[in-house]
Amino acid sequence: MKDTVDSYVTEDGRTIGGVMMDMRGITLRFGGVEAIKDISFDIREGEIRAIIGPNGAGKSSMLNVISGFYHPQEGEVWFRGEKRPPMKPYQVARQGIARTFQNIALFEGMSVLDNIMTGRLTHMKSGMLAQALWMGKAEREETENREAVERIIDFLEIQAIRKTPVSRLPYGLKKRVELARALAAEPKLLLLDEPMAGMNVEEKEDMSRYILDVNDEFGTTVALIEHDMGVVMDISDRVVVMDYGRKIGDGTPSEVRNNQDVIDAYLGVAHD
Amino acid sequence: MSADFLYGIEVVINGLMAGVMYALVALGFVLIFKASGIFNYAQGVMALFAALTLVGVMEGQVPFSHLINAVFGTEIHHFGWTVPAFAAILVTLGVMIFFAWAVHTFVFRHLVGQEPIILFMATIGLAYFLEGVGDLMWGSDIKTLAVGLPQGGSLFVEDLTAGLGGDDFYGFFIDKLDMVATLVAIVLVAALIGFAQYTKQGRAMRAVADDHQAALSVGISLNYIWVLVWSLAGLVALVAGVMWGAKSGVQFSLSLIALKALPVLMLGGFTSIPGAIVGGLIIGVGEKLFEYMIGPMIGGATENWFAYVLALIFLVFRPQGLFGEKIIERV
Repeated sequence: MKDTVDSYVTEDGRTIGGVMMDMRGITLRFGGVEAIKDISFDIREGEIRAIIGPNGAGKSSMLNVISGFYHPQEGEVWFRGEKRPPMKPYQVARQGIARTFQNIALFEGMSVLDNIMTGRLTHMKSGMLAQALWMGKAEREETENREAVERIIDFLEIQAIRKTPVSRLPYGLKKRVELARALAAEPKLLLLDEPMAGMNVEEKEDMSRYILDVNDEFGTTVALIEHDMGVVMDISDRVVVMDYGRKIGDGTPSEVRNNQDVIDAYLGVAHD
Repeated sequence: MSADFLYGIEVVINGLMAGVMYALVALGFVLIFKASGIFNYAQGVMALFAALTLVGVMEGQVPFSHLINAVFGTEIHHFGWTVPAFAAILVTLGVMIFFAWAVHTFVFRHLVGQEPIILFMATIGLAYFLEGVGDLMWGSDIKTLAVGLPQGGSLFVEDLTAGLGGDDFYGFFIDKLDMVATLVAIVLVAALIGFAQYTKQGRAMRAVADDHQAALSVGISLNYIWVLVWSLAGLVALVAGVMWGAKSGVQFSLSLIALKALPVLMLGGFTSIPGAIVGGLIIGVGEKLFEYMIGPMIGGATENWFAYVLALIFLVFRPQGLFGEKIIERV
């Protein structure tokens, strides 16, 4: 079993490292409703980890726990070998965990470039005064940040819309800009909440390719929620399956595909 | 050129300068409204409080002296020193930043996500609270603010323009203080825009104004930004307080100038810094010209209501103001 070794090399030659994020016995309640019931799983360095499950399974809630938007009543979150105290989302972001949202949360009033620049905020160190006066260090920093942003713009092939206000973009491109902003932070862990929702086949293929390339070229660990089973099975290394707040499966795509509980959850099964 | 025409020009120039003074107050409103959706009724009182504090610090007044004397039976009023204007302005700025922090930490932090009307009510409470504190700290007498700003009409401009319209035209009367205020306002606005556009904090501020959730996800602390925004509003209040205080003395009716900022905002839009400036200028010029041309026909004193009527007309035809963001509800 892969879980017992520290690191391994995948069939396509990528190295998967030790455990980066370890969720232990997470339980999340909203009033009397248990959105997540005692779930444990881990995310390893360098892998693409998918969380799947039917609607209302608690996938987004899980992502929100990881990114600090929700705080679980029970359970522990371990990041890079350390137990994480309850954190605000901005603190989580500063730890190197970037995310996108199911319903796209971009700064609609800003240009594409400005949006992506906000992703660099955690990398900007110069003091307010130095920046206001545009002094040496601040200037160098600004140049570096601009370069990093331009690399990402090239990478995601959105040069043509750099100066366009985000509010004018079509849905598919907005999704891509949101990914760009998350990447601009050079995250250790990238969380994607349904990156392909509402896209056509071609857009989905593009997005899959970008996710694979990000993982491959930058070595970014990716955890994603996705409904399209075909995509999930194609691009992920391991898959967690949730249903009604419980974990019903965890393993490689082929293991999960053959798991009876998972098949039942997706196809529906007559309970006696 | 006829003297009448020249006099009209003088009215316009003076109107523009009065408009700058209105815009200074309106700016503070825009900053807070844009970043946090709070319509800060207390902005005018903040200007008053800043001016009171500045005078108090400069003259070495003991804060809360009446209270202290009443409780302990002492007779202290002054420390016996005076503080130079520049140092006093820095101290006052410190007080305004502390005030910003306190307002956010004790009031608005707990009201995040509440209805706008509740936030508005909170600022009304804040306005009266701050007025009371200002009274208690520094006393309610009218004070003169002498930070070394020039006063009176500019002889230079008067000499320069005298004789333009014949012998009976004595030249433009332009208040030196108004000219300084205009310069200060230009510098302030340039600095604010530069700050918002080119610094890390400014970028974060715009991000928070746009989308809280997205701002959090890129590592921005909302609380920090809100304190920053209230501090900036405090700075603008200080500048407005100094200018208005130097013009008409530091008195409690100063807080009423906030009301003049309302029509300015309705014209310019609540979310636009350039809007606040242009709105202020239009109101300033509009009311002076109206008073000059129409005023005598209808008995004068039109400056009291002209701005509000203009704002009403704007509300009917362009509710988002000249530069405000159009409110489109997506279905």
